[in-house]
Amino acid sequence: MIENHLSLLIVVLPLLAAPIVAVLPNGRMPWSISTLVSWAVFAMACIQLINVSTGSVISYELGGWAPPWGIEYRIDAANALVALIVSGIAAVTLPYALKSVEQEIPKHQHSLFYAAFMLCFTGLLGITLTGDIFNLFVFLEISSLSSYALISLGKQRQALTASYQYLIMGTIGATFFIIGVGLLYAMTGTLNMMDLSQRLPELYEHRTIHTAFAFIMVGFALKLALFPLHLWLPNAYTYAPTVVTVFLAATATKVAVYVMLRVIFSVFGFTFIEDTPTDELFMILCVVGILMMSFYAIYQQDAKRLLAYSSVAQIGYMMLGIGIGSALGITATLVHLFNHALMKGALFMAIGAIVYQIGSSRIEHMQGLGKHMPWTFAAIVIGGLSLIGVPGTAGFISKWYLVLAAIEKQHWLIVIVILAGSLLAVIYVWKLVEVLYFKPADESGQTVSNQLTSRKEAPLMLLIPTWILVVANVYFGFNTELTVGTAEQAVKLLLPSMN
Amino acid sequence: MMEYIAGHYNYWLIIIIMMAGFYTVISRGNLVKKIAGLNIFQVSVFLLYISISNVKDGAVPIIEEGVTLYSNPLPHVLILTAIVVGVATTALGLALVIRIKEAYGTIEEDDIHNQDQSL
Amino acid sequence: MNIMANESLIMLAILLPLIASVLIVLVDKKPNVREFVSLTASLALLATVLSLLPAVLAGEQPSVMLLEIAPGLPVKFTLEPLGMLFACVAALLWPINTLYSIGYMRGNKEQQQTRFYVCFAVALSSTMGIALAGNLLTLFICYEILTLSTYPLVTHKGNEEARKAGRVYLGILLGTSIGFFLLAILWTWHLTGTLDFKAGGILNGKVAGPELIILLFLYMYGIGKAALMPMHRWLPAAMVAPTPVSALLHAVAVVKAGVFSVVKIVVYVFGLDMLKISSGADWVLWIAGFTILIASIIALQQDNLKRRLAYSTISQLSYVVLAVFILAPLSTVAAALHIAAHAFGKITLFFAAGSIYTAAHKTNISQLNGIGYRMPWTMTAFTIGAISMIGLPPTAGFLSKWYMLMGAFQEQQVFAIMVIIASTLLNAAYFIPIIYAAWFKKEEQGSDTVELVEHGESPKPMVFALMMTASLTLLLFFFPEVPLQLANSLIGEYP
Repeated sequence: MIENHLSLLIVVLPLLAAPIVAVLPNGRMPWSISTLVSWAVFAMACIQLINVSTGSVISYELGGWAPPWGIEYRIDAANALVALIVSGIAAVTLPYALKSVEQEIPKHQHSLFYAAFMLCFTGLLGITLTGDIFNLFVFLEISSLSSYALISLGKQRQALTASYQYLIMGTIGATFFIIGVGLLYAMTGTLNMMDLSQRLPELYEHRTIHTAFAFIMVGFALKLALFPLHLWLPNAYTYAPTVVTVFLAATATKVAVYVMLRVIFSVFGFTFIEDTPTDELFMILCVVGILMMSFYAIYQQDAKRLLAYSSVAQIGYMMLGIGIGSALGITATLVHLFNHALMKGALFMAIGAIVYQIGSSRIEHMQGLGKHMPWTFAAIVIGGLSLIGVPGTAGFISKWYLVLAAIEKQHWLIVIVILAGSLLAVIYVWKLVEVLYFKPADESGQTVSNQLTSRKEAPLMLLIPTWILVVANVYFGFNTELTVGTAEQAVKLLLPSMN
Repeated sequence: MMEYIAGHYNYWLIIIIMMAGFYTVISRGNLVKKIAGLNIFQVSVFLLYISISNVKDGAVPIIEEGVTLYSNPLPHVLILTAIVVGVATTALGLALVIRIKEAYGTIEEDDIHNQDQSL
Repeated sequence: MNIMANESLIMLAILLPLIASVLIVLVDKKPNVREFVSLTASLALLATVLSLLPAVLAGEQPSVMLLEIAPGLPVKFTLEPLGMLFACVAALLWPINTLYSIGYMRGNKEQQQTRFYVCFAVALSSTMGIALAGNLLTLFICYEILTLSTYPLVTHKGNEEARKAGRVYLGILLGTSIGFFLLAILWTWHLTGTLDFKAGGILNGKVAGPELIILLFLYMYGIGKAALMPMHRWLPAAMVAPTPVSALLHAVAVVKAGVFSVVKIVVYVFGLDMLKISSGADWVLWIAGFTILIASIIALQQDNLKRRLAYSTISQLSYVVLAVFILAPLSTVAAALHIAAHAFGKITLFFAAGSIYTAAHKTNISQLNGIGYRMPWTMTAFTIGAISMIGLPPTAGFLSKWYMLMGAFQEQQVFAIMVIIASTLLNAAYFIPIIYAAWFKKEEQGSDTVELVEHGESPKPMVFALMMTASLTLLLFFFPEVPLQLANSLIGEYP
């Protein structure tokens, strides 16, 4: 019985939890319920992934209304994998949240914080699983509005402006998307993605379709912070509460990339894209973005901001796979989607543990901390190595497939840029590692914030979730059955011509 | 040609409203005015949806004896959702503006920027 | 039955140092137990590697598939003659080096000794991994782990100088390996669909012309550890490390891992035949030749003893590259032999340098006048090492140089012959003055530059260690059967 409704339960469970959590008294209850919900959702996402891992597709009719009239939830290998990422990250972020939120957010806002978190969680899962393009918009706004609220809870006042900036950009993006959807509906009379994909080929030449496509692309490029539409991201990630940064960095942009993948390959079809200059445009933007954002990351003085710029660069890698558009390219995108969530999650958590201890994310305040916080330091090193793409880590697998995809299509410039991006990553990762590893040149030059706070290892409640992700980084560097295997199944569905 | 322009007057209007709103968002430094611009921008989309739902000579989509041609009601429903979303966005945006005013003492973008820089 | 045993021995060779590193962390607070663990592990490793020897000499090639990262991309270890030779050298020198380290680290009261031994053990494990790697991917993984695990050793002192050296070290080694080596591997995978080491070369017949040259370029410069100029700067930079690190890692394990990879890639990935037919490999010969000469000339100008040794290492590494790229069977034997010969000689020289530093706190050559009488054992060993570097009998260096020249004559590579002769003279020019100063010059009495310090020999473990390696240098000359047989079976597969 429940088995049949699993697809919907994944989305509905956190949605129902949100109001319940909101009315609970502040204390540990909101946190406990949220955590349990996230674990339950994670378990369901695992089952769902197993169900579709053979290449089958689950179609769930919402309220028993048959598609294309009713809303359909359509689950295949691609979005089951993304749902797994989202729920998995939530399941490890929430245990981490307890301590971190207690420190960073005033007590009277706790239940509201977890309610907003649940809503954001719902939104991201909904975007992932729905097969209806307007339903996607609704979930997009659920996740966006709750994430604006979450970001604005940051301690510093810049969090407010960062959130405002994101609200303006995000709303423009979402509105662009809905314009595109409206135009598509005007032309085809359907909102179901499968239905759209069948009706669109006849209309490929039509200018309205091209306009709709452009609006959707720009709208989502804003959401996923594709260079040069990334301006909201660094501030939002820097000033948001640690937990929010971890969760959004590991999931929000990934979901947006997934939507791109879905819209381009499932709805429009890559043949349509190839006739437009979209793929070339993506590749150019990604190439410039990867290089420029990596350089920006090198010059940052704040660890969270450094990682934020690195995220923008990494999004470039994911979009490169889409731009290349081959089976290997999409595999690379999906694999990197997964792996990047793991590495950025681990890194932001580790930095968060440092922030928890010393109250600052400025790099110069972290001098010599490696000795006092060896586990956190080790997590940063391994996460950083994964970000660089050193073999034995998950990052290596992503790079492997991406470079292979570029070589296959003879895009030599892209090959060089990917590898150059890795080298720039070496520089910015090592900037962090060096500061943490070496003792300060002058002990008396310690800043005030350092004297006031404890230079001890972070509590276990922060370390264990961090290390779960760190271990996952290494595990998925050796066992790629889940990542690459699922991605290859997804490719078969996204690129039917490949079979 | 003239007929084409006049025949699509609703779309021209939508584009003008859309651009006016968009321009306001980009060019104004006052945070409240930005939100207002965003609203105008969204309203143009509402109009777009309502426009496309219109079927030539179609009646109001309420079932009635003797009427065979109705306008499409679905976009109306869709845009109802979008309006709700728009209201929520505006509320959240304005709430943020209030908080910003409390924290910075101003709602002018340049002043806020200067305050952050001077830190 | 026997093969089963060999397979578990291979895994043991890689795991032993790793287990040791964990144990070392656990007994952090007890230095004596910690050193006992290091020493035991190193001896156990030696026993493990040596017990694999009969199988290889009998022509077996046991192989272990550890796991499969992706379809067709396994992590796999295979034992073959060249890897066996390299593994033997590293395993033989680790116990000696551990003994030496104990003397050195305690004698100089170095900080963070536990971290030192842990990283050392991890580095050894990855060295074993490189030696036994069954395909390019495994080689690459171990290669990167080796770079990363030696970084804390290079920056051991933790001061600004070490930090800068660490940057150069990591920047060049990681940069070349990710920028070039990885690309080359991916390209190979794209062209052939396999990364296995195969007799005759997997690329044979798959590439030609400019593509071959570019691919070869990517491999040669991707393996930054081989220190082909201009990718050599990390090696002198790494000399800020404590001497045992310079000795075992930057004269043996790390640099040899570099040239070992070069030999392996030339023999098993490209194949000697293909490189011989196409002329795409000539430039490597030239670069290697120039590296030998230029590094020797730079070595001449160094007054710091360790830096001079470092530049000498750069030039000696290029001997191996040069020997391989003569592309004659005999010179390939020479390349394999030289990996061993240079290892024994150079580690002796570094041991001596560290011994001088520990006993007399002298680092420069100009301070060494008459030191031979204060430290007779150390300087005797140094002299033997230096003779081996120059390539005179009765030392191991003579043997490899002899084969190298024979190969060059066989192929009539005039350039290679001239380089070998010229560099021999240069080697003599930068080593003999040291020996002369140590034995025949009078110690300066309290002058401005040198403060007179009364000192004798360095601690006993160090003296013992350096005498061991010096004897090995001599022994290899008199009993070269085993390494020769290994080297011969390397080319035996390519008649």
